[in-house]
Amino acid sequence: MQLIPCPWCGPREEAEFHYGGQAHVAYPDDPSALSDEEWAQYVFFRDNPSGPFAERWSHNAGCRRWFNAVRDTRSHDLLAVYRVGEPMPEVTA
Amino acid sequence: MTADPTSPLAAWTDRLTFAPALIASERPFLSQLTVRVSDPDAVAALGSALGVVFPSVPCTFTTGSGPFGAVEVLWLGPDEFLVVAAPDLQLPIEDALRAVPFKGSVVDTSAQRTTLVLEGSHVRDVLAHGCSVDLHPSSAPVGTCVQTLLARTGIILQVTGPDRFTILVRSSFAQYLAAWLSDACVEYGAVP
Repeated sequence: MQLIPCPWCGPREEAEFHYGGQAHVAYPDDPSALSDEEWAQYVFFRDNPSGPFAERWSHNAGCRRWFNAVRDTRSHDLLAVYRVGEPMPEVTA
Repeated sequence: MTADPTSPLAAWTDRLTFAPALIASERPFLSQLTVRVSDPDAVAALGSALGVVFPSVPCTFTTGSGPFGAVEVLWLGPDEFLVVAAPDLQLPIEDALRAVPFKGSVVDTSAQRTTLVLEGSHVRDVLAHGCSVDLHPSSAPVGTCVQTLLARTGIILQVTGPDRFTILVRSSFAQYLAAWLSDACVEYGAVP
């Protein structure tokens, strides 16, 4: 089973984690000013890259903290993990 | 008049000796309080109220002794701790912690979990059957406290001695975990 390095607890099995989708999706500054299409883009549309992808993960069975991870969608390798609020580190796929 | 409390593993009291693999015993009704606090000054003040220094390193626990006797504080998260003390102390400990001015919360979670103490030469081998965390003394020395899965059950695992572990498990999962331990110990000579 793949190990995911929690930024607090260290490497743990993937089964302890919960996936949270794309990271760094900013909430709109003024949601009421958005058109239906813009709102739909914010709510439903996500990137689907072939390569490094910044995602949110939660260490459900451990410290229960959310964190961000950069995962290579081609190899499932986790290239970097970083805590919420920290900037996305530079990665080389 | 209220009924006498029944511990989650009361039905297992006579069946927790999995010799020669390991000896398990329940420590029921321990006082447990979940403390959420992030300010370092408040963490220090709460610690001095109990006579124990709160753990600052992730995945560790600390012990101390103060007005409530021996108290353990377990690291559960960067702003979350579990205070564990002898039974029937949850109310005075809660009052003592709330007397400290701080932003956060103190919640009595004593009924949430029961405690199992495992001792024996094969305790690491048995746990390895259902727990993926590396429990070798070089990576999990005495003082380690991890939250993880043991046989798909969420547990808090404390390393309290060279061949001694303490497991905190949800009350409703305790009998399942005891049954799993009983089965896992068969390989090391235990008679179920």
